[in-house]
Amino acid sequence: MTVTARGPLPAEPYDVVIVGAGVVGCAIARALARRPRLRVALVEAQDDIGQGTSKANTAILHTGFDAVPGSLEARLVREGARLLTAYAAESGIPLDPVGALLVAWDEEQLAALPRLAEKAERNEYRDASLLGPAELHEREPHLGPGALGALHVPGESVICPWTTPLAYATQAVQHGVDLHLNSRVEQVSRRGDTHTLGTGRGTLRARRLVNAAGLHADTLDRRLGHHDFTVTPRRGQLIVFDTLARDLVRHILLPVPTALGKGVLVAPTVYGNVLLGPTAEDLDDRRATQSTAEGLTALRAQGARILPALLDEEVTAVYAGLRAATEHEDYRITAHPRDGSVTVGGIRSTGLTASLAIAAHVTGLLADETGLDLGPARALEPVRMRDPRPSADRIAADPEYGTLVCHCEHVSRGDLRDALAGPIPPRTLDGLRRRTRARAGRCQGTYCGPAVRALLEETTRA
Amino acid sequence: MTTAREVDVLIVGAGPAGLAAAARLAAAGVGRVEVLEREAAAGGVPRHCAHGGYGTFLHPLTGPAYARLLVTAAGQAGATVRTGVTALDWAGPLSLHTLSPDGPETVAARAVVLATGARERPRAARLVPGTRPAGVHTTGELQRAVHLHGQHIGTRAVVVGAEDVSYTAADTVRAAGATVVAMLTEHTRAQTAPARAADHRLRHGVPLLTGTTVTELLGHGRLSGVRVRHRDGRTAVLPCDTVVFTGDFVPDHELARRARLLLDPGTRGPAVDGALRTSRPGVFAAGSLAHPAESAATATRDGVHAAGAVLAHLGGARLPPGVPLAVAAPLRWIAPNRVTPSDRLPYVLRTATELARPVLYVTQNGRVLHRERLRTALPNRTLRLPAGWTHRVDPGAGPVSVSVSVSVTVS
Repeated sequence: MTVTARGPLPAEPYDVVIVGAGVVGCAIARALARRPRLRVALVEAQDDIGQGTSKANTAILHTGFDAVPGSLEARLVREGARLLTAYAAESGIPLDPVGALLVAWDEEQLAALPRLAEKAERNEYRDASLLGPAELHEREPHLGPGALGALHVPGESVICPWTTPLAYATQAVQHGVDLHLNSRVEQVSRRGDTHTLGTGRGTLRARRLVNAAGLHADTLDRRLGHHDFTVTPRRGQLIVFDTLARDLVRHILLPVPTALGKGVLVAPTVYGNVLLGPTAEDLDDRRATQSTAEGLTALRAQGARILPALLDEEVTAVYAGLRAATEHEDYRITAHPRDGSVTVGGIRSTGLTASLAIAAHVTGLLADETGLDLGPARALEPVRMRDPRPSADRIAADPEYGTLVCHCEHVSRGDLRDALAGPIPPRTLDGLRRRTRARAGRCQGTYCGPAVRALLEETTRA
Repeated sequence: MTTAREVDVLIVGAGPAGLAAAARLAAAGVGRVEVLEREAAAGGVPRHCAHGGYGTFLHPLTGPAYARLLVTAAGQAGATVRTGVTALDWAGPLSLHTLSPDGPETVAARAVVLATGARERPRAARLVPGTRPAGVHTTGELQRAVHLHGQHIGTRAVVVGAEDVSYTAADTVRAAGATVVAMLTEHTRAQTAPARAADHRLRHGVPLLTGTTVTELLGHGRLSGVRVRHRDGRTAVLPCDTVVFTGDFVPDHELARRARLLLDPGTRGPAVDGALRTSRPGVFAAGSLAHPAESAATATRDGVHAAGAVLAHLGGARLPPGVPLAVAAPLRWIAPNRVTPSDRLPYVLRTATELARPVLYVTQNGRVLHRERLRTALPNRTLRLPAGWTHRVDPGAGPVSVSVSVSVTVS
């Protein structure tokens, strides 16, 4: 197992280098790990996997009912949802099949519901049904007044957006993929049949290149001489409410898209929080992951209409993510046979759902379009992600699992120790939080912050 | 497997309120008094308040010494204090599921005292916009980092708030070897003893920016500064690598919420009467859970008082429920916030705005039960109202209201 975060990179060329360890890059790495003859590396600019768009989204596992029928995105979301649902069950990734309601608040939105139901049919999703206001309020008793009806999409789920790429990456490195962190790709050149990647940690050579650089995919593409698309970061600010708010909502409450815009959603999370968001702001700055007063005010105004009681609950986090929007409606997944590369661009908010299907599609393109000999395939050993629930059996086996450090989220010393000793260990407090939920609760580390920091520093010093 | 165990009184939280209640109950001869503390050590917040101001005038103590005194007193009286035990949820009206290194357990009691305290709202809960860098703390986290773990914090800190706890945070920043760049408050002046505010301003040279709020946190990775705005519209960036959000206390009311106890809209803690009874018979609430956040001395007094009510409950006394006691703006909250004619526990209140020599009016159905002139009242400082008027409350005449009229100085 090779996971590096500093020092020089290996000199020997890889068969495939994947640039970008977001959920898409990790899924591709996992798919290629099934090919034992390939030497594969996953390189990431930041100090952990899943640090870009993958860590700051709405965490919904979509059915694809509202995708553009016939598009690549529609197909990959549909297939990806099925694959990821099965994978989550096998790997212990938290998933909650809560279902979604598209709530209509005015006549225009109400009129749009039958069209959306029809679109769902065209996307091969047949379980959607229309609800009247009485049935809607029975399903969601805390919904604000004035809702006229809804489209019920029972297949929509929520999933853990951090555990998913971590499971992919863990399985990939356990099957021989090298993960190189802190390795921002700054230059690319091609000589003969080999790409040379200049990174902050030295050069890396690759016969095939997969560009899964997310927000920076267009920049990397231009260095390769391709000009297919431009990424316009679309910021989404989200407010996370305390778990004590969870009883207020039973489904994902989606807005009905209209000509006037998309509106915001209210959704439970797999950890029992409630999300409100996102905003949609087109920006130029690819680092602009800050929240703004205007954004938060607008979200609270919309939340007050959808679920008035929500605003009285404590907020446990505010974050903003950037979606890799492009000028195109669909994903931009393109093989470039001349230089042996595949670009995976424009993967917007559906990337988490579609990730496994994107990985299969990209593997196919590498073989069919760039002539990569994949060699024989093998089944991967399943990965088992952390089960966070304290149980008598676990504590009897090791009392450290009964020593709670983070009181809000009930994270034990044993769980923190395991995460710190994991195959892809966290290097920061935020990385440890994403793996364990420590410091993610209502006190935001007031009680446990220093103790968690001490454990992290003990490990990283050693 | 989960085992059920029975005690007489179960107390959740081994801070001043819980420990004082335990000591009195055990001393009064209650057989099995058990205190659950989720932290590794008992004592509560005073444990990491490495400064004076505790104990009595004649016997001044530091926070840690006060915590040790309370723990010793509870133990010597015969109460059992169990640390490292978390009360997860209710198993029944008077029983709790717990978790510890010994495994899960269910503990049933004849009475339960909730003394789970209060915490400062962290940055996210205050909806402060900006990036999410490292170096953002509350006073509680800062004190734990510095006094319990000896950790390094940044070098230049901004302290948000100018009440007692904010000055304690500034002291902690200095104790950690860092500089306080500025303190700031949305109010027009400091809400602490004038001598303390002057000491920080003059001796330590820390400017206090009044009428000022934080509008944005800056920096990727580590905090690089905070953007602030004055009431008059001016903005500035204060370069710093650390910011401490102080005050703005909310009760740690998870168990109260899970029990669906009636909550007070002002304190957001469980509604309690003068006997510190909650809306569930046999469940009491004491300390900062019922009034976020008062001094350790007030919490200790609460604990002793709650113990008296628990003893009456164990003796079979069943008092009639109280009527609601509510405040009118600009008062923010009052505790206790239900009242019966026999209540004797003094009240604590908070105001949202500065009031010059206000007169408090206690009324029920338009009838004035009591009138009391106070000294100038500041936000985030305790106002006190004695309970000598409660015998005038008519239990059948509906809610009691506390309102304020500010005296007009005739020149």
